[in-house]
Amino acid sequence: MLTISGLRVRYGSLVAIDDLDLTVPPGELFVLLGGSGSGKSTLLRTIAGFVRPESGRIAINGADLTDLPPHRRPVNMMFQSYALFPHMSVAANISFGLRTRGMSRAAVADRVREMLGLVRLQGFEARRPSQLSGGQQQRVALARSLAPRPALLLLDEPLSALDRNLRRDTREELVGLQHDLGLAFILVTHDQEEALTMADRIGVMHAGRLMQVGSPSDVYERPDTRFVAEFLGAANILPVSVRNGRAELACGLVVHTAMDVPADARWLAVRPERVMIGAVDAANRVAGVVVQQSYAGDTLTHVVRLADGSLLRATTALQQGLGADPVSVGDAVTLAWQPAACIVLRR
Amino acid sequence: MMGRRLVLAIPWAWLLIFLILPALIVLKIALSYPADSVPPYAPMLPGLHVSTDAFSLILSDPLYRDALLLSLKVAALSTAICLLTGYPMALAIARSSERWRSVLLLLVMLPFWTGFLMRINAWIGLLQDNGWINTIAVALGLPALRLLYTDTAVYIGMVYTYLPFMVLPLYTRLTQLDASLLDAAADLGAPPWRAFLRITLPLSLPGVWAGILLVSIPAAGEYVIPELLGGPQAQLIGRVLWQEFFNNRDWPTASAIACALVMLLLLLPGAIIWATRQAVRAAAITRGAAAEARPAVAPPAR
Repeated sequence: MLTISGLRVRYGSLVAIDDLDLTVPPGELFVLLGGSGSGKSTLLRTIAGFVRPESGRIAINGADLTDLPPHRRPVNMMFQSYALFPHMSVAANISFGLRTRGMSRAAVADRVREMLGLVRLQGFEARRPSQLSGGQQQRVALARSLAPRPALLLLDEPLSALDRNLRRDTREELVGLQHDLGLAFILVTHDQEEALTMADRIGVMHAGRLMQVGSPSDVYERPDTRFVAEFLGAANILPVSVRNGRAELACGLVVHTAMDVPADARWLAVRPERVMIGAVDAANRVAGVVVQQSYAGDTLTHVVRLADGSLLRATTALQQGLGADPVSVGDAVTLAWQPAACIVLRR
Repeated sequence: MMGRRLVLAIPWAWLLIFLILPALIVLKIALSYPADSVPPYAPMLPGLHVSTDAFSLILSDPLYRDALLLSLKVAALSTAICLLTGYPMALAIARSSERWRSVLLLLVMLPFWTGFLMRINAWIGLLQDNGWINTIAVALGLPALRLLYTDTAVYIGMVYTYLPFMVLPLYTRLTQLDASLLDAAADLGAPPWRAFLRITLPLSLPGVWAGILLVSIPAAGEYVIPELLGGPQAQLIGRVLWQEFFNNRDWPTASAIACALVMLLLLLPGAIIWATRQAVRAAAITRGAAAEARPAVAPPAR
């Protein structure tokens, strides 16, 4: 169990992490999601001990780590660049963290073999990192960081250096491995799809703060803030005014929502894939003109201009292929969405 | 294609004209008979007058052997001192902030702004019996030391002169070192000294070798420093060569010494590098042997 309380990190005048609290229970795959400069990598490096916090506390299973140097912390990190030792064989790389802990030769050899089996790299022990493909290097880095049996594994953008197809396969492998090991992972990424598919819980970071923490469906379907709604997936954000406890759009539509509308609500967020085109029976309906279409293979997105000039996106899954779509640019259409699709945001 | 060959031809032509050709001329003089003429050796042709007397002499007379051994000893010890002082310097410069780095590098290279002979002469002023070092020592209540014209003075001069040639290649190598490797070593439980021994030091070895060669080769043939700072006992090979050439006007013997020195300086580093490679390979095999003791059962992935 990792407990972070009141953590604050400062680089000169820049506050990189601002009063952050976080608890990660054993066996959880926690994903830190954020853009560049959000502080997610700094948080990871602070947990590993490379960055000294200005204030706050980091503890694992009740033991305070805050003042320990990196080499005395029971956590291991998998680096974004992998940071494999170029002058050592695969076996020597994996055994590095075991030898520093004074493990016997025989035990080291057993553990190295076990780790190579875990990442399916048997037979590669004598190779140098430069003789491996990117995917193989990634697996060596993983094996090296898992070998010393850390209480917590930190992964800094572990899949970013892999090409797209390999990334998808590796993602599934990594989740399976984490599940089998029952070890807590904290994984940093800027890729929202990666975060949604892998995480037990996601923490969305922005400007050194955790904006929202929750399960992928929580964070995606019930974002707290406009920032989270826009950062995680696409979202139509429309300004609203509140009248008699109901939200009204600039075009005059009074929106039917499933959730209560607070008096200080400012925006309505609707996911494009929940906006339907055509005469559909849904509580919220609005007319507009198609101004743009974009085809993504599995989906088709229409950009529709409403009467007041605001734009709304509607994404349709192409289950029947593109041929069936009768709508083209310039057509007048009706957009519709259910009350449950409405996300009312206060900030 | 043509242009590329032309570009490559320039350094080759340079090497041919200014290195290989003069070396062959020196070899020719070494194999000639001495003569009371200008220049002081007999022509080889016609009649093929080839003499190995000069080589026989330097191989049989202990004077040359001792001078050569002393030169190698002075070069080796000077190189070792340069390495032991230069490595921490290079490491400190490589790890200092961007702003300080250029200043510190400039300080390392600053002596090059002044002529070499001037700087060695300045050391005479520092080292002599009533020089600056002894004046300060006496003022501090320490005993005055005899420094000038001793072996110590030779070593001081050598280390002073050649230290930048050790620091610069080491610095270049150490700045190329990926800092995340040291993070990874620390993360895997290595305290700083262990990370240094297992990561920084082995990865800086090419810089260490470059520094060793850049210091030891000119140091082995050094003439000016033992001549100006050393005593009469400091008979280094460079000095002996000078005497043969200018005092005795025995060009074949001087040339033979030059040839022997060049051969030695070419063979010795080659042998050292070869031996180290073998040692590193042997160590790597022993280290990997534990993991490879039992062959893998499953086929490799992918």
